[in-house]
Amino acid sequence: MAGQTLYDKLWDSHLVESRQDGTALLYIDRHIIHEVTSPQAFEGLRLSGRKPWRTDTTVATPDHNVPTNAEERKGGVATIIDDTSRIQVQTLDDNCDEFGIKEFHVNEMGQGVVHVIGPELGVTLPGTTVVCGDSHTATHGAFGCLAHGIGTSEVEHVLATQCLVTSKMKNMLVRVDGQLGPGVTAKDVILAIIGKIGTAGGNGYAIEFGGSTIEALSIEGRMTICNMAIEAGARVGLVGVDQKTIDYIRGSRFAPTGAMWDRAEAYWQTLRTDSDAVFDAVVELDAAAIDPFVSWGTSPEMVAPVNSVVPRPEDSGNPVKQKGYQRALDYMGLQGGMNITDIMIDKVFIGSCTNSRIEDLRAAAAVARGRKKAESVKQVLVVPGSQMVKAQAESEGLDRIFIEAGMEWREPGCSMCLAMNSDVLGRGEHCASTSNRNFEGRQGAGGRTHLMSPAMAVAAAVTGHITDVRKLA
Amino acid sequence: MKAFVKHQGLVAPIDLANVDTDMIIPKQFLKAINRSGFGPYLFDEMRYLDQGWYGKPLSERTLNPDFALNRDRYRNASVLLARENFGCGSSREHAPWALDDYGFRVIIAPSYADIFYNNCFKNGLLPIVLDKTAVDQLFVDVEAEEGYALAVDLEAQVITRPNGDTIAFEIDGFRKHCLLEGLDEIGLTLKNAELIRQFETAHSRTYPWLYGAIK
Ligand code: SF4
Repeated sequence: MAGQTLYDKLWDSHLVESRQDGTALLYIDRHIIHEVTSPQAFEGLRLSGRKPWRTDTTVATPDHNVPTNAEERKGGVATIIDDTSRIQVQTLDDNCDEFGIKEFHVNEMGQGVVHVIGPELGVTLPGTTVVCGDSHTATHGAFGCLAHGIGTSEVEHVLATQCLVTSKMKNMLVRVDGQLGPGVTAKDVILAIIGKIGTAGGNGYAIEFGGSTIEALSIEGRMTICNMAIEAGARVGLVGVDQKTIDYIRGSRFAPTGAMWDRAEAYWQTLRTDSDAVFDAVVELDAAAIDPFVSWGTSPEMVAPVNSVVPRPEDSGNPVKQKGYQRALDYMGLQGGMNITDIMIDKVFIGSCTNSRIEDLRAAAAVARGRKKAESVKQVLVVPGSQMVKAQAESEGLDRIFIEAGMEWREPGCSMCLAMNSDVLGRGEHCASTSNRNFEGRQGAGGRTHLMSPAMAVAAAVTGHITDVRKLA
Repeated sequence: MKAFVKHQGLVAPIDLANVDTDMIIPKQFLKAINRSGFGPYLFDEMRYLDQGWYGKPLSERTLNPDFALNRDRYRNASVLLARENFGCGSSREHAPWALDDYGFRVIIAPSYADIFYNNCFKNGLLPIVLDKTAVDQLFVDVEAEEGYALAVDLEAQVITRPNGDTIAFEIDGFRKHCLLEGLDEIGLTLKNAELIRQFETAHSRTYPWLYGAIK
C-alpha cells in the first residue's frame, strides 16, 4: 500500500463517520471566532436553545471591524465611533460572555487578526483540525494541521456539535527547490505560484507546500505561503512539521507543558507526508528563478516580476483572458506594455494576516530605516497583526523607525486589507499592499491594489512608485 | 431551517451572468449582527443610485428606475430568474439571507457558485438548476407577459408555467429531504451525538493535550 500524505493522515485522525453520499463528519479541535461572521451563529444557538458542545476548543477576538488608530481605540469598545461597528464588537463580547468562550478583547494582550493570534497563542497546534469563519484560515496549515474557512451556518454547526459535515479533497504537492535570491521572500514565492497555476489551479485540492525552499523558510514565511493557498483556489494549504514548527510553539500560552509536551512533540514529529505517498497533482518551481513579484491587475493571478512590463491584453493567448486583462487594466488605469516600476503609488498598507508578523515588520523596518516616505505618497499604514507583535516590535524600536520615516504606526486589526473600518482607499488611488486580495473595490470603492512583500511595499513608499527593493541604494 | 414544499409566485429577471455575492450584498452590510433585515439592501449598488449603509432609512434612498426589481411589474416577486454562476465570490451567508429577507423563495439559474448554492439550502431557499435553453425561454416569457408567475413543487420536482406546461428539475435527494422536512443540519448531526462522544473519548486518550487547555 502506498504511503499517506499529511492531509490524508489528518483527515483519518479526525473522521467521526464516513457517509454513503460522499460526505463525512469531521471532528474539529480548534475554532477561532471573530465579530463579523459569528453574531448570527450565536443567535442561531440562542434561538434553538443549544449550547456549545465544548468551550475549551474555541477562542474569539475582534479584528475585521476594529478601528486601528490609537485615539479611537483608547476606550476599548466604547470609543468605536461607527455605531454598527461598535455594536458588532460589543455583540462578540456579549456572546462570548454568555456562552463561556475565551475572548481576547479589543485592547487586551492576545487580541489581533485571527490567523496571527491562533498560532502565537498555541491555539493552533500540529495535527489539529482548525476552522474559522474566514477563508484565510488556510494560514494555520503551516503548522501541519488541517485548517480551512467555513460559513456562518457552519460556525454555528461547529459550536453546537464540534463537527463539520464536509467531503475530502484531492492532494496536490507544490514543490519549490533551491535558494531564494537576496530580497526575495515567501510572499514572492506564493505570488509566483499563483501566477503559475492560476486562481482556480487549486480548486478541489489540499495543497501541501514542500521542497528545500519551503523547508528553509521561517514559520512566518510558511504562514504567508499557506495563507494565500485560497487565492490559488485551494481551501487548505499545508507544510509538514519540523524542528522549526516545534520551536515556534514551545512556550506559547495554550501549548502543552512538561511530560504532556514531550508526548505531544513525539507525535508532532510524525506529521509529515510518507516518502512513498502519491499526490494527485504535482507542481514544481525553481526558487532561483523567482524575482520579487507584484500584482498589476484585479486578481491574484495577475502578477509579474517587478522588472518586467504590464502585459498587453492581446499577448494573453486567448479571447476570454484578453477581455479579462482589458477590464483589469481599465479598472487599474494602466497601459499594457508599461514598466511595472512606472506605476505610481498613493498609499501603502503594511499589515494583514499575510504579512503582519514580527518578521514582516523587521523586513519592512530594515528598508525604512533612515529613509523617508516620498512626498507624493499620501499615507503609509503599518498595522501589526496582533498585540503581541506590536509589543515585540516596540521593544525592538521598530515603531520609531516607521514613525521617523513618516509612516503611521497603528493598533492591531485587519484594517485596509478589507477596509471595513475607516482605513480605506479613495477612488482611483493605487496602493502598495502586503495583503492578499486585489479584487475590484477590496480596499475601498474604486481603489487599486498592488500586492507585494513588506520590503517591496516600503521601497514603494520611499520612492513613490513600485520599485525593486534590491536596487535601493 | 425553514421548510420548502410548494411555492407559487411572481418571477423577476436579473439578466446578468456571474452575479457575485458583493453585488448581492456589499461588504458594508456585513457589520450587521442579525440574519434578517438585509432585504432593503439586496443588490444595493444596482438597486439604488445613492451610496447605502446599514441602517440608512429607505426614505433617504434614491431608487435606480432601470433596475428590474424596481419596476412596478416585478414588485413582490418571489421567484428570481438569473444567469450563469450566480452567487460567486466570497462565502458570506449574508447573500442568501438578503434574498430570503427580500421575499425570494426560489432562484432559477443555469448554474451557481458552490458555496452560495450550499448556503441557500441552509436557509430554506430553493436554488433550481435548469438548462440554458429553458432559462433563456423563461427570460423571454417573463418579459413578454406582465404578472408572469411560476408554481414550484419540490416533492414532485416540477415547475408549472401559467399555461399549464411543466418543467422537471433535478435535486440531490438528501438536500430535498432536508428542505421538505425543514430539518436543520445541526439537529441531524446531533442525532449522532453518541458517535461523536465515542470518537471524543478515544481522541482525548490519544491527544490529551487538546483537552482543557483553553480557558
Ligand atoms: S487580514 Fe484580511 S484576509 Fe486576513 S482575516 Fe483580516 S480581512 Fe481576512
